[in-house]
Amino acid sequence: MTTTPRQRLRHLAATYGVWIFMTILTLLPIWWMFVVSMRSRVELFARPNLALTRFFTENYSNVLTDSTFQRYMTNSVVVSTSNAVLVMALALLATYALSRYKLTGRDNIFFWLITNRMAPPAAFLLPLYIMFTRTFRIGDWTLYDTQIGLILLYCVFNLPFAIWLLKGVVDGIPIELDDAAMIDGAGLGGVLRHVIIPLAAPGLAVTGILSWVFAWNEYLFAANLTSVNARTITTGLAEFVTVTGTNWGELAAMSMITLIPSAIIVILAQRYIVMGLTFGAVKE
Amino acid sequence: MRDSRTGWLLLSPTLIILLVFGFAPFLYVLFVGFNQWNIFSADDGLVFNGLDNFRRLVFDDDFLHSVGLTMRFAIFAIGSQIVLGFVLAQMLTRNFPGKSLFRVIHTLPLMVAPIAVGAIWRLLVIPGFGPAPFFLDRWFDLTYQIGTYPDQALWTSVIMDVWHWTPFVTLTMLAGLTAIPKEPVEQAKVDGANRFQVFWYVTLPFLRPVLLTTVFIRIMDAIRTVDEVWMLAGGGPGTRFTGIYIWRVVFPRTDYGYGSSISIITLYLTIVLCWLLFIAISGRRKGEVE
Repeated sequence: MTTTPRQRLRHLAATYGVWIFMTILTLLPIWWMFVVSMRSRVELFARPNLALTRFFTENYSNVLTDSTFQRYMTNSVVVSTSNAVLVMALALLATYALSRYKLTGRDNIFFWLITNRMAPPAAFLLPLYIMFTRTFRIGDWTLYDTQIGLILLYCVFNLPFAIWLLKGVVDGIPIELDDAAMIDGAGLGGVLRHVIIPLAAPGLAVTGILSWVFAWNEYLFAANLTSVNARTITTGLAEFVTVTGTNWGELAAMSMITLIPSAIIVILAQRYIVMGLTFGAVKE
Repeated sequence: MRDSRTGWLLLSPTLIILLVFGFAPFLYVLFVGFNQWNIFSADDGLVFNGLDNFRRLVFDDDFLHSVGLTMRFAIFAIGSQIVLGFVLAQMLTRNFPGKSLFRVIHTLPLMVAPIAVGAIWRLLVIPGFGPAPFFLDRWFDLTYQIGTYPDQALWTSVIMDVWHWTPFVTLTMLAGLTAIPKEPVEQAKVDGANRFQVFWYVTLPFLRPVLLTTVFIRIMDAIRTVDEVWMLAGGGPGTRFTGIYIWRVVFPRTDYGYGSSISIITLYLTIVLCWLLFIAISGRRKGEVE
């Protein structure tokens, strides 16, 4: 089965044809949202026009100067970042334990970790709601509508994948290096700081980035477990759509802003997205 | 130094968080599912009622309808994603200039927040200024209104899901395809197998673990889909999936006991579905070997 140059050329043309078509399909909806975000209310209800007619930035400035939006944005950034840091720290400790110590039932623990992600999240809303409003309560303070509540809750779906991703990384670090450091007098903290963390740094970074984006994207829990103070940006987006009339331009502007981190992450962590989404079952 | 006490100590924060926020709610749902509990009813406490919730569920048309819709959604969406993803992955196994750029753009939807995906598609289909209803009417004389026609709403959800998740399938398939050793494929070609035979007898068996993982994860996610469909259609006709139905029963109707039993059944159905799929695929494999 040899291929002639002509066949190869035809093949290449087909490949480009398909991929250019796919690229247009992928980008068109996002492009339309961008166009909507650049239009005033009046312009929107004219005949649909896919071309960008002018740079109208009022939607963006309205959204960015709105104090509610700013609070949502801050909450999202604080929650995602703290969650990512917490997940990185806990997952590193847990992975180190699973990798270096003989723990009874180690494999079962490992498997149990992923089952945490199988259930439909809507199923857990009720118990979590009760936990957040009644169980964890000190005087008037409850977990409900707090950033810390969301930060801890997001660990439930981020920790399992983080541990799966890091397990391979830590298993790959030769145990002799730990021993050598210990002979030099390093304690557990020393081993982690001087051996494990530097060698696992790329894996840790990917774990952090993906945890961050999963937390940033989460909607259902944030919508039902917060009310005013800890609302996140995804919840804010959904709140835009109201019965009495939606300001579509601002909704589009806000969605565009939500999209920016996702785009950056795709470029930064492309190769690891698959691993993150399949709990390390599929590696690239 | 390496005694297991230290190991457990390192593992404990993770285990505590998962037990408190993951496992405890699960047990709680199991418990509440066997009780009648509606804070708006005359008797607002928990009343144990055995299997009554489950009996009610079997005759609940809304629930059965939601399961049917979810299944249709999952089958159409996942089916298209697998076929499309495989073809695209196949095209990425060879190098060509600009490949990495295409790949980055193709991956983009994966990381977009589901709620933003819903917003993007809502803007496309909204009556009044969305381009989809406008051009469909103009070119095909088709009245497209997802708020009115349940079928259109379902199909729009499927297309949206295909847009969102095909890249995932493409990337896992690509990972699977690149891991296939070259020799068996070459050998099959030398033996005179045609392209379909090579695919069916060589590529597919090698791809099976990756395919299985991908389908499992996609089924789990499809059954859990709430955010984007909610944002797209606001729970309108044709998109009342099980996840949305659970939310409706639990929050606006505060029927906690019944909501919990639906959750249990949904989880159970997910597990059974994945298990059946596993049996089907591994069973066929055995048949081929013999």
